[in-house]
Order: sequence, then C-alpha cells, then structure tokens
Amino acid sequence: MRTILIILRKEFKQIFRNRAMIPLIFFLPVIQLLILSNAATYEIKNIKFNVVDYDQSHFSRELISKFTASNYFVLNDVSFSVENSEESFKKNQSKLIIHIPKDFEKNFMSAGMSEVQLVINAEDGSAAGIVNNYANNIIHQFNIDMGIESSAKFDPVPAININYSNWYNPELNYKTYMVPGILVVLVTMIGAFLSGMNVVKEKEIGTIEQLNVTPIKKYQFIIGKLMPFWIIGIGELAFGLLLGLIVFKIPLLGNPLIIFMLASVYLVVVLGMGLLISTLTDTQQQAMFIAWFILVLFILMGGVFTPIESMPDWAQRIAYFNPIAQFNRAMRMIMLKGSGFNDVLPTLYFFIAYASVMMSLAVWRYKKTE
Amino acid sequence: MNSVIIENISKSYGDVLAVDDVSLTIEKGEIFGFIGPDGAGKTSLFRMLTTLLIPDKGNATVEGFDIVKDYKKIRSAVGYMPGRFSLYQDLTVEENLHFFAAVFGTTIQENYNLIKDIYVMLEPFKNRKAGKLSGGMKQKLALCCALIHKPKILFLDEPTTGVDPVSRNEFWDMLGNLRKEGITIVVSTPYMDEANKCDRIALMQKGKIMETDYLKNIISRFPRKLFAVKSDGMFVLLNELREYQFANSVFSFGDSLHYSDSRENVTKDNILEYLNTKNHGNISIEEIEPNIEDCFMDLMSK
Repeated sequence: MRTILIILRKEFKQIFRNRAMIPLIFFLPVIQLLILSNAATYEIKNIKFNVVDYDQSHFSRELISKFTASNYFVLNDVSFSVENSEESFKKNQSKLIIHIPKDFEKNFMSAGMSEVQLVINAEDGSAAGIVNNYANNIIHQFNIDMGIESSAKFDPVPAININYSNWYNPELNYKTYMVPGILVVLVTMIGAFLSGMNVVKEKEIGTIEQLNVTPIKKYQFIIGKLMPFWIIGIGELAFGLLLGLIVFKIPLLGNPLIIFMLASVYLVVVLGMGLLISTLTDTQQQAMFIAWFILVLFILMGGVFTPIESMPDWAQRIAYFNPIAQFNRAMRMIMLKGSGFNDVLPTLYFFIAYASVMMSLAVWRYKKTE
Repeated sequence: MNSVIIENISKSYGDVLAVDDVSLTIEKGEIFGFIGPDGAGKTSLFRMLTTLLIPDKGNATVEGFDIVKDYKKIRSAVGYMPGRFSLYQDLTVEENLHFFAAVFGTTIQENYNLIKDIYVMLEPFKNRKAGKLSGGMKQKLALCCALIHKPKILFLDEPTTGVDPVSRNEFWDMLGNLRKEGITIVVSTPYMDEANKCDRIALMQKGKIMETDYLKNIISRFPRKLFAVKSDGMFVLLNELREYQFANSVFSFGDSLHYSDSRENVTKDNILEYLNTKNHGNISIEEIEPNIEDCFMDLMSK
C-alpha cells in the first residue's frame, strides 16, 4: 500500500508537470461540449433546392411557396430543364430538385391525384434521408390544404389524424441528447489514451529498467500507473456533468450517484484496454495509434452520433459488446429518463464482467512480455 | 568470499548467441571490469545478473542468492545503473532521489554518508529537472539513485560512455571511494584505457570471456616482444611490415605502429635491417611494454 502511494505521488507530479496535460484535462471537456453539442445535431436548415416547373399553374406555385415558406428550404434556381438542374448538384449548389410535370393542377382537380418528382442529392445518405423527410412533410401538408380547398367537389375522405408527443425530450433538443454521449466519449478518451501512453512511457524512456530492479511488485506498478487516470476520469466526469447542468441546462432526472457508480467500473474497463494496448507497443506513438484506431471504431459504433437502431443487424450485435454504447445508453437513461439502479443493473453486470476479462487479459499479456 | 559466481551461463536472442558459456567469480569488495567492444554481450550479462533477464543455460549467484529463484532478494541487494540514462527526466534531482529511496523503503538521510561526496556536487542543481542536467551530472545522479538503498554490490553498465574525460576520471575516483566502503563494483566499458582503474578485468568478445585476471598478469602473459615503429611514410611502413616474413601482428596505434615478431630472440636491429632494404627516412624502433589493447588484439586473433 505504501509503495502504491509512493508511485501515485510520483505519477501525479509527472502528470501535472506535463505541459499538455492541464489543458487536456480542463479545456478538452469544455471545448468538446461547446462545439460538439452545438454542431452535432440531426437538424438541417437552409437546404437549397431547384425547381423545374412545367405546369406553371396556381397549384405548382402554391407548392413551391410552401417549400420556400418553411424554415428548411431556400430556393436556389428555377429552370425548365432537368439537365440544367442536375448541373447544380454537381456544383454542390443544391440538394433537391422538385420536378413538377405538366398538367399537375389539372390532374389534381379532375382525378384528385397528381404526381411530383423529388430528386435528392444522396451523396450523404443520412442528410438525404432528412431532406426527404422534410419534403414529404411539406407535400403532405400541401395535400391536406389543397384537399380542403377542392373538397367542394369531392366527398370528404375519412382519415385518422395522428397526434404525437416526444417523451423525455419534448422539444427534441439535441443538446439534451448529445451532452451525455459526449461525456462518455470524454471519459473514454482520458481512460484509454492517457493510461496506455503513461505505461508505455516508462518503457520508451527506459525507466522501467531501473524500476524492475527495485522491490516494486507488478501489481503495485500497474495500480500506481492506472489509478491516477481513474481519479482524473471520475473528476472529469463530475466536471463535465456540472458544465452540462449549468451551461447547457441539461436535465438530470436520475441519481448522479448511479452515474458515478457505473463510471467507476466503466473506467476500469477502459483502463484495462489502455494497459492491454501498452503491452502490445513499445512507444507512446504506437500506443496512441492503436488506441486511436480502436476508439474511432468504438465511438462511431457507440450510438453517440448515429443511432445504433439504424445499424444493420450484425453491427447492432457487435455494438452490444461496445462498452461505449452501453455506457452511452445508460447515461441517457439515467439523465433523461431518470432510470434507477435496477434499470441499469444489467449494464453494471456487463461492465464488471468486461472489466474482469480486460484486466486479466492485460495483466496476463503484461507478464508475458516481461 | 565471492560476491558473484557465474557458472556456464548462456543467453541467445533467436540465432544470435549474446552470452556464450561464461563462467567466472567476482570477489567481495573488488572493482571488476568487463572490457569489450559493443555487442560483446556485456549488457546481456549484466541484465541477467540483475534479474532483468533469465539465462537460457547455466546458473549464477549474486551475494549468495540465485539469480532466478531468489530474484526478489537480489533486487534489494544490488544497485544497477543501466547504460541508458533511466531516471525520470521530468522529475527534479531531489525528487528522483526521494522516489528511489522511498521504493526501497529508506530515506536519503539514512544513507546520506554513502552518497555525500557525490551529492554535494549535485546539490546546487537539486531543483533542476533530471532531463536538463549535463551528461556528467546525469551520471552522478544515476549513481546516487543506484546507491541510495546501500547495496552490497553495484552493477554499472558502461557508466562512462558519452561522458567527457574529466568527468570520467572523477567518476572513477568516486568508484574508488565506494570500494573503500566495502561495496563490490562490477563495471563494463568499451574503453581499454579504463582497465587499469579496475582490480581485475575480464576481456569479452562475441559473448565469450577471453581472459580474466589482474591487468598486470594479463600483460605479463603477452607472448612476444613488442616494438613501436615509426618512419616518414607510415602507410607504406604498415604494408611493408605486414609483408615481413617474421611479422606476427602490426597495428597502427596513435602515431606509431605496434609490431610484434614471431621470433623469440628478436632485437630492434633485426627489424631495422629489414626496413633499411626499403626506402624509409627517419626510422625509429623501440621495444615497448604491451598495453591492454595489445593483449586484446592478440587474444582476438587466436
């Protein structure tokens, strides 16, 4: 115990003497929260669109004005040639072409049915999905409005009116949704990157050679090297959580103690990962590359920025074993829904199992490389 | 009493045999030097004796402890200074010393008398980070850290490599003082001229020990007469001496050539006679005592 304390004291001295460390620990969360929570939204505004209107009728003009009147669309150009409009796709000047064929109004009035073509630039699949959604909503609304206008001629069509409300995030505030996820990413980065590099550093600088002839035992060394980042990780989470509550007014419905309980085990998983990486590498640079490679996969498949539900089945199965995904889900459950201890118990068990496997693997590898 | 007993130790890395069947003993309280070029296997041998490496074959004891079975006991009994500076560059002189004292469960005060002579030279820089010290100062700090737990035996792996000549001399003086405290000192060096600072030396080459003895015994065993030869045209002289039918070895050494003859009763006149048949001006021939390097060259050619 005394030996561990001696190592801990040395580690903290070195960590806080490292010029890059303080900014990393205190500015990284602020900057990440400020930028990412504002930037990473699923909302798209000011979508530029082109119109090819062969009908030139009251109806077609009404439809276009529905688009321009919304907050989401901005008219880029009107022309009489689909080919010309396609040019604007290539120049990246518009995302959507609304092609209104001849007799649009006539068909609507006589047959009660008409067609309009939406050509969407689907270079970016998820953006295209959103554009499609917005456009459909507007056309749907147009249908209702125009249907009423022409209802004199037709019998009213019975329809089911759908009303919906968004639970747990009634205003669909993206920050509410993003901040817990970003906190998870933050804690993970501190744990996996810094811990792995910290262990490798002793190898790279050669100090491990001197340490190995001292009576320090392996477990003391490992605990002494990893513990600082466990403490920093927990501190970081508390700091980020406070920032989220005060600056972003994120709701925290659940018990913060449950969050910290989960985080304390989660950090062991991540630190184990860092230690494992450190046993596979000889320099801090190598450790960083490997950690980066793994973390990018974990973060992108972690449901922080894109919903896991939209992934294919096999990817969802993999994501189940992604600790980031698990922690991210649990964080949102606790913060937004106020889920209690029993609700996140499976996640806790999962972390405990994961931590045991990861740590045993890392320690086993660590012994083997000696 | 013996401090170190090595019996038929071998270590290889893949196909490379780094240490090849080495056996020797090191007595308590002596300065023992391993002398050999880079890649001779000195570091591998040191790492085995300090329990950082497990030998493939053979066994050894340090201060009576087996290097494999009793490695924990050895770690408290030895001080080790690796060839590469291995202290924390981002900690100060004092913090490094404190840290290593603490992990050995001791304090600077407790063993201060042992490091006092060295530490007073470091004291003006005690709040400076170790990474910012000069080469000589780094080496002194490393020695202090290796000594802080009052080891019975010190292993110094090439401590003077990359250190200026003045600091090198200072360093050897410090080792001399430590020896008076009864600490056994095992040191390795690629510098032949440091051999005379050791009590006994082992000449090492390609993982093998070629000779182990007191320096003067090794020199006295040099089997031939040795001459220092000079003339105006040194390069031509080298080739011509090598062509001489009685030549055993010719090496250039400083500003002269060291020439050894294969005849028992050769005199410098015999050589002069031969050289006079060639065109040389200002020939000077002198019979000399062999030095350690001559012995090393001779042993290598066997």
